[in-house]
Amino acid sequence: MLKALASIGAAFLGFLAASGRIVIFAASALAAGLTPPFYLRVILRQMRDIGYFSLPVVGLTAIFTGMVLALQSYTGFSRFAAEGAVATVVVLSVTRELGPVIAGLMVAGRVGAAMAAEIGTMRVTEQIDALTTLSTDPLRYLVLPRLLAGLVTLPLLVVVADVIGVFGGYLVGVYKFGFNPGAYLARTWQYLETNDVVSGLIKAAVFGFIVALMGCYHGYHSRGGAQGVGQATTYAVVSASILILVFDYGITQALFAR
Amino acid sequence: MNAAGGTIPKIAIRGVRKSFGRNRVLDGIDLDCGAGESLIIIGGSGTGKSVLVKCILGLLRPDEGSIRIDDAETVGLGRRARKALLQKCGVLFQGSALFDSLKVWENVAFGLIQGRGMPRDAAREVAITKLSAVGLGRDVAELRPAELSGGMQKRVALARAIAADPEIIFFDEPTTGLDPIMADVINNLILECVRGLGATAVSITHDMVSARKVGDHIAMLHKGQIVWHGPATEIDRSGNPFVDQFIHGRAEGPIHMEVRAQ
Ligand SMILES: Nc1ncnc2c1ncn2[C@@H]1O[C@H](COP(=O)(O)OP(=O)(O)OP(=O)(O)O)[C@@H](O)[C@H]1O
Ligand SMILES: [Mg+2]
Repeated sequence: MLKALASIGAAFLGFLAASGRIVIFAASALAAGLTPPFYLRVILRQMRDIGYFSLPVVGLTAIFTGMVLALQSYTGFSRFAAEGAVATVVVLSVTRELGPVIAGLMVAGRVGAAMAAEIGTMRVTEQIDALTTLSTDPLRYLVLPRLLAGLVTLPLLVVVADVIGVFGGYLVGVYKFGFNPGAYLARTWQYLETNDVVSGLIKAAVFGFIVALMGCYHGYHSRGGAQGVGQATTYAVVSASILILVFDYGITQALFAR
Repeated sequence: MNAAGGTIPKIAIRGVRKSFGRNRVLDGIDLDCGAGESLIIIGGSGTGKSVLVKCILGLLRPDEGSIRIDDAETVGLGRRARKALLQKCGVLFQGSALFDSLKVWENVAFGLIQGRGMPRDAAREVAITKLSAVGLGRDVAELRPAELSGGMQKRVALARAIAADPEIIFFDEPTTGLDPIMADVINNLILECVRGLGATAVSITHDMVSARKVGDHIAMLHKGQIVWHGPATEIDRSGNPFVDQFIHGRAEGPIHMEVRAQ
């Protein structure tokens, strides 16, 4: 009994220590950004990698999400003759919740893993040591640009995901259930508030930061060759995915539950 | 052994210890390297030669001991001071450690562009000059490191180490993996840096030909300590059983390689 308690305690302490290390890591990377030099070229390249190259994956998942939402909500609402709410449900779910979460999860799998693998390889092949000896702070040169790019790019990606997701719902609504196109779009706009979109974008910024932070942190601290890098990649994706869902609840609670 | 004439050594290492978990790698290292001197560190595989160099550079923090460069303590140096110190140093890593996302010339020019703010075009010219010094032509400059052979990568890394004309250069196995002729070209290059530019060089090598040619002093590392340190010309008369076994490459002797039958 006591043993079980002790191991729970140890796990909890380990969790606290890890959180502390991650916060310190992020803080020192951000602090590095307060003074020059700024690596603008690196930031732009990261934004391209995170944003532009994720468009196909995010677009594809968004359109199917919108479509299935329309399908499911129609099935539900038709039971109490409220089919007219389908457009509203689709747009609210996509902008407030599913756009950011699905884009975040996709980017975690695509970009977070790649970051962990790249930085991890640089760690185990001594490239990070080489950076230091060439008077370049690796936090400033490798980590900060990725954190900033994640923070800025994911909201842009989510704007695209929102539009495509709503379009997916529109396709199903109009071509499968025979809604009038103009009426469907009018219903889409009717109850949509700026806050719905903005809160989704805030989530997106946080998720982008989380994905980049987990990728960088696990890559930066990887050790022991190819196996270590593989492990860092796994940790980066798993931890980012879990944190996205946790923070999703937290942010929703903070923004809406008043 | 102290540097001649009681002058202050460029690098002075005292009582440095470093362990990884229970693996005690450095166990009280005392070593001096005079300014403008070429010091060779020899020793069996896994005796901690690379770890020692990383401790000097501050990439690893010694558990104990003092490392003074230009008579200033460097253990526990802050970020800014460390950066200033590293600006004076050039490093060739054992595994080359080239940045594989950058072109060859960008690798060589990296310290010049990022560290010293030199314009890209000027830095590119310097890089191409340094590449030709290690026997690589203009055409190689535009390639990526992954497109080069291992020996070529090593030479690019060497060009990167000397690109900013450093005061102190660390070479971790500069000639390993090169053919004998290219190895001699590299030896000459190291000599040129030391004799011509007055740099201080610390090289790790297993290549006794190279050690004799470029070394002023040779130090031998074994079981975490310096077991012999003396002028390169005296290596054959060291009277030290470890050194004798090492330079003649004998399997029998006081050094027991950890070879276990499965
Ligand atoms: N980052 C590290 N973490 C844990 N142990 C390490 C680390 N770096 C080196 N070691 C250990 O330190 C010892 C010495 O390693 P080092 O790389 O300095 O050897 P070396 O003398 O350079 O050998 P070689 O001639 O093969 O390059 C080894 O036993 C190695 O396992
Ligand atoms: Mg080594």
